[in-house]
Amino acid sequence: MERIPILRMGDFLLVTIQVDMHDQLALQLQDDLSERISRISARGVLIDISALDMVDSFIGRMIGMISGLSRIMDAETVLVGMQPAVAITLVELGMTLPGVSTALNVERGMTLLRERTYSQ
Amino acid sequence: MAALQQTTVDSLKRAEAQLSARWLADLEASGAMRNLKGDDVKQQTGEFLDLLMVALERGAPQGITAAEWDETRLFLEKLSHQRALAGQDSQQTAHFIFALKGPVFAVLQEAFAGQPQALAEQTWQISQLLDLLAMHTIRVYQKSREGVIKRQQEELLELSTPVVKLWDGVLALPMIGTLDSQRTQVVMESLLQRIVDTGSEIAIIDITGVPTVDTLVAQHLLKTVTAIRLMGADCIISGVRPQIAQTIVHLGLDLQGVVTKANLADALALALRRLGLTVTKAV
Repeated sequence: MERIPILRMGDFLLVTIQVDMHDQLALQLQDDLSERISRISARGVLIDISALDMVDSFIGRMIGMISGLSRIMDAETVLVGMQPAVAITLVELGMTLPGVSTALNVERGMTLLRERTYSQ
Repeated sequence: MAALQQTTVDSLKRAEAQLSARWLADLEASGAMRNLKGDDVKQQTGEFLDLLMVALERGAPQGITAAEWDETRLFLEKLSHQRALAGQDSQQTAHFIFALKGPVFAVLQEAFAGQPQALAEQTWQISQLLDLLAMHTIRVYQKSREGVIKRQQEELLELSTPVVKLWDGVLALPMIGTLDSQRTQVVMESLLQRIVDTGSEIAIIDITGVPTVDTLVAQHLLKTVTAIRLMGADCIISGVRPQIAQTIVHLGLDLQGVVTKANLADALALALRRLGLTVTKAV
């Protein structure tokens, strides 16, 4: 079964979504990610969705939930590289993802993560 | 209902030159040729008469939707399209065909002298035919005008939403005019695209040129701000005039932690501060 790879970079985890997210894949990612966070006690999670050009309300909610569960497990979550069309769709769906940090690209997201985790 | 008689077609064909001359004279007299070149109109009338004769000779049935009328219709479409673009009014365009009625009736009167019943019938037939043609001309004219208006609207939409770069990493969007759903959509798309293209971290939306802010406009603004935040950039709203501030408060609108500034200069100063830049006076 296809899986979304979760890469480790020091204390951080990097998730790059390069394929079309379908519901099963999103659920699997949620499981895998929470398991990985607890195994390496990650301090931060970076989710790159720059290759995602379509979302529905389910995927939108999954993104919100993933960031919510990471926060509970004491890992900062930053969502990076959202495409304009995706942002507009989410806003139109009324999903404003409150509490989720965002950044324009992976580099800036990493900077943001470092600032947040090491300033604590 | 009887169709056009062969006599009618023949007599019209014989009198084609005379028809053309009188038609032109009528057009000129009625002022329908204003702003048009005489030679052009002459050529158009000639061409139309030729096409009309050909269609009539083929024994084209009543109603101009038949295939026999294709060329005539096409010619009229081209003509009225040209006139619509040239800024001629609908009356002038319609008159092009209506002015042909007088000369045609005169020719029929000669051809059917002494046969009042046939004359009346043929006059009615040809009148109906010309009416249909004129109506078609008007319809195409209307469509062309609508096309022009639509294009202008689109151009206006593009013109009124420029995204300007104020600094490295700072974009500004001066909004002019009323914000409706369609404009918000265009504004949002162009701004978000520019944010991606330039990698800017801060976007300033200046609403100095927005005449009124009601709940709908505020909602559109909030949507844009949220979309910008989702992309990972920050948004500042500037140019909140005193009246607008009052309206927002009176309406009880919640701007949900959106940063607002009174003018663009303040917004730029804040943006520079966030980027860690300072502006100092050169000594």
